[in-house]
Amino acid sequence: MTLETPATPHDRIDSAEQATQLERTWHSPGGLLGWFTHVNQRMIGKRFIITAFIFFLLAGILGILIRLQLAGPEQQFIGPELYNQFFTMHGTVMMFFFAIPVMEGFAIYFVPLMVGTRDMAFPRLNAFGYYVYLIGGIVLFGSLLLSMAPNAGWFNYVPLSSKLYSPGYGVDVWTTMITFIEVSALTAAVELIVTTLRMRAPGMSLNRMPLFVWAALVMSFMIVFAMPAVIVSSTLLILDRLVDTQFFIVEGGGEPLLWQHLFWYFGHPEVYIILVPALGMISTIIITFTRRPIYGYTALVLSVVAIGFVSFGLWVHHMFTTGLPQLGMSFFTAASVTIAIPSGVQIFCWIASLWGARIRFATPMLWVLGFFAIFVIGGLTGVMVASIPFDTQVHDTFFLVAHFHYVLIGGAVFPLIGATYYWWPKITGRMMSETAGKWSFWLAFIGFNVTFFPMHQLGLEGMPRRIYTYVEEMGWGDLNLLATIGSLVLATGFGVTLINAIWSVLRGRRAEPNPWGAPTLEWAADSPPASYNFRHIPVVESRWPLWDWEQAGERAVVTGLRHDRREVVLTSVLDAKPVGVQVLPAPTIWPFVSAVAASMGFIGIIFHPIFFVIAFFLVAFTLVAWFWPRRPWRDD
Amino acid sequence: MPLSKYVRSTGLAGAAAPLLSACEGPQSALDPAGSAAALIARLWWPTLFVAALVTLLVLTLLAVAVLRARRKQAALPLNARQSRNLMIAGGILLPLAATIPFALSSFSIGRVIEAPVPDDAMTVEVIGKQWWWEVHYLDETGERIATTANEIHVPVGEPVRFLLKSDNVIHSFWVPNLKGKTDMMPGRTNVTAMTADEPGVYRGQCAEYCGTQHALMAFLLVAEAPEAFDAWLEGQRRSAMEPETGAQAQGRDVFLDAGCAGCHTIRGTPADGDLGPDLTHLAGRRTLAGATVPNRIGHLGGWITDPQHVKPGSRMPPSDLTPEELKTLLDYLESLE
Ligand code: HEM
Ligand SMILES: [Cu+2]
Repeated sequence: MTLETPATPHDRIDSAEQATQLERTWHSPGGLLGWFTHVNQRMIGKRFIITAFIFFLLAGILGILIRLQLAGPEQQFIGPELYNQFFTMHGTVMMFFFAIPVMEGFAIYFVPLMVGTRDMAFPRLNAFGYYVYLIGGIVLFGSLLLSMAPNAGWFNYVPLSSKLYSPGYGVDVWTTMITFIEVSALTAAVELIVTTLRMRAPGMSLNRMPLFVWAALVMSFMIVFAMPAVIVSSTLLILDRLVDTQFFIVEGGGEPLLWQHLFWYFGHPEVYIILVPALGMISTIIITFTRRPIYGYTALVLSVVAIGFVSFGLWVHHMFTTGLPQLGMSFFTAASVTIAIPSGVQIFCWIASLWGARIRFATPMLWVLGFFAIFVIGGLTGVMVASIPFDTQVHDTFFLVAHFHYVLIGGAVFPLIGATYYWWPKITGRMMSETAGKWSFWLAFIGFNVTFFPMHQLGLEGMPRRIYTYVEEMGWGDLNLLATIGSLVLATGFGVTLINAIWSVLRGRRAEPNPWGAPTLEWAADSPPASYNFRHIPVVESRWPLWDWEQAGERAVVTGLRHDRREVVLTSVLDAKPVGVQVLPAPTIWPFVSAVAASMGFIGIIFHPIFFVIAFFLVAFTLVAWFWPRRPWRDD
Repeated sequence: MPLSKYVRSTGLAGAAAPLLSACEGPQSALDPAGSAAALIARLWWPTLFVAALVTLLVLTLLAVAVLRARRKQAALPLNARQSRNLMIAGGILLPLAATIPFALSSFSIGRVIEAPVPDDAMTVEVIGKQWWWEVHYLDETGERIATTANEIHVPVGEPVRFLLKSDNVIHSFWVPNLKGKTDMMPGRTNVTAMTADEPGVYRGQCAEYCGTQHALMAFLLVAEAPEAFDAWLEGQRRSAMEPETGAQAQGRDVFLDAGCAGCHTIRGTPADGDLGPDLTHLAGRRTLAGATVPNRIGHLGGWITDPQHVKPGSRMPPSDLTPEELKTLLDYLESLE
């Protein structure tokens, strides 16, 4: 392996036959059966993204149904049983099956491209994570169709979720599906961490890493540290429900508050797991559409890291009304308001970057500007609820519903849609319509505020969340009607983007490799990228390699990787010096079979413990097949 | 509008009203009638003001940056020092300036609100049920002296201590006009104390999702002059009125025979069920079914015949009475002042 500095085009370095051979090596098999063998990171990333958006659509429909039921007092449209399933499913699916997986999906797709490598560190594990997610999601929605969906809320408090108060299979399905998501998120996180730390293009030292990659890295570490808490809590709950342990049962000496601690120790960071990658998307979009280096790279990185750390010290602010000691809780007030500082630093770095820039107001940028308006409000109401006395009034009311939708939709979904417009040409090779994009933005922006702003007032007027109806004399009818109208506008806004996307796939204009003039490596690949991502692994000399190359008229690349097997360059953690070559495994059906076997076990134990044993042996068998040594000639 | 008779006025109604009557409402945190709620409401307005100011500031900066970018000739970008100053001022000093006073004042408000109440304050034990509230009045020794449900009376101007319990799932006790909420956790007793400073009927509602009918789990809190309160409590301590007419006596027999007594208690009769609310003084209560419908004879009849229609999922089964039986039963229940 050597570093060379040839000018593009590639043909100077290797022949057309070699390129064909490279394509053959990295090719994903076709056909229906082939589909289940894919391991390339772009395949898996794309599947995560598409599946997650389908769940967004489904959970969004539930959200609209919820809003229709609440449009007026004492409506009979949806009864309490169904309504409770709807909001539980809406929350669970939005948080676990849409927000986290979609962020993982974007990270899986773009991190390897942005760090200039050809795949991720453990491609088969990646595929396994996806199938587990897919199966989990299908089973969860299946339970809704069978009308046995979970109905204890997305944080599933005990003892309401215990066997006594939630008989039936709903909560079992919930705990089991959460386990699926945990497994899937952990595989993605491990994957992303190793890829980011060891597979960056030569020269991409940590301080040259794109901000989105930093954000994905922080997200992954947060997943690794947060998920175990919910794995523990959901396992204890499964045990309580299936084999009558008493972890959460008061009569047996158990402690319901334990659930809340464990759940929120995970649950609070989880919100930031969703937010942090979105912050990375914003920086990325701002850099490209201001066409200049961002101000405060280091400050931005440090704030994201700080947010990651601090978010683990806030969980008790979800429990201010449980009767814990005041003094202890005050600590969590203090910790919660400190989050304002890293968030503030980010916002003002972005403002400094926008100031005096020649901003290009393409659709992605519009969504980012919308983010500012919404997120600032969501952040401020977040500071408000950090106050214990104030929180005792608005906790579990529609004020909270307003707050977290401002943060989640404003802070995560808006940047996400922006990023979708931004990266769309890279993923599909086609452009989306700018006009439709702008319509979509304005409808969603107005619809969003009309839906959720009035909810602040509803909360202050005493409207609790998770109620399927309210009596007329409460006087909440008008604002609720307004919110429902807003939600229809909001849904139309998102719908326009959906149509825009479908239209673009069918007959959108073809995209060039770098339609927005962006500086990061993913734009050096074709649109859509070839199955090997980069014909030659690039060598990086600054944070803005594509802008450098534009100026220099040439670029440095790595040569000498073999074309006949899946080779990637390994580099050192800090300064990305090349240290070796790794051969990645080829497509295989085993991750899929393994995921099916594991799912059989997880789902089966709801009905009978014997499935645990069966699945244990099945999984062991599939793992043997999965790790069967490769043929020697591929492994030298 | 059945409730409006005895719940505080809802202020203006109509399309423009929501914004005008921002702080009114039968269950509004910003319409305080007790010192705790008043302190919190007082914290709210300056907080809202600062938050609005910060929003305005950030969005104005952003708008200026964006609008200048739209002009023909580019504005000057900030140099490194200006950018750094902007970041420090906006990202560090501004949040500190805004949040430190806020955190400090919420600490001190918290201390005032949670300050211990005098030992001799009246104590009410409230137990969260699915989906109603069981209320016991305790004497100085902690003995239960009176039991009622879904309607709590307190003397105006005196602190009242609430012992909050649950023997099932988690509920949360909340009367926004008086104070913030406190959860009712199975296995422990949470204590909250509050004072109603103005006489009135306030509405409280369960604020922790507790299953099917969480939505219709409310109660009324009646704050009245101490003398009126004493008289009321005296009444609640007594056993139920004896039937005065033949119809009422028949109604009592219906009550005892039709299965009602399996779940309900009427003190002074053999009915001593404990799954549903104590009905000893039912006729004196303003609402039925957790402040869901007003306590009028029509609603009472409808509730007894088909509770699942009024409050689907409720733990009370429908009863199958002849019209005659129902009439005498209602007669009897209406007499339980
Ligand atoms: C179409 C857009 C959306 C609408 C109209 C909507 C509407 C609502 C409403 C009205 C509630 C309150 C239900 C109740 O308390 O009875 C709710 C709850 C919730 N929403 Fe959304 N929402 C939307 C999008 C989202 C998104 C994008 C997320 C997260 C990424 C989200 C996460 C949640 C969560 C976690 C809950 C709480 C569920 C629970 O109480 O267990 N929502 N939503
Ligand atoms: Cu409740």
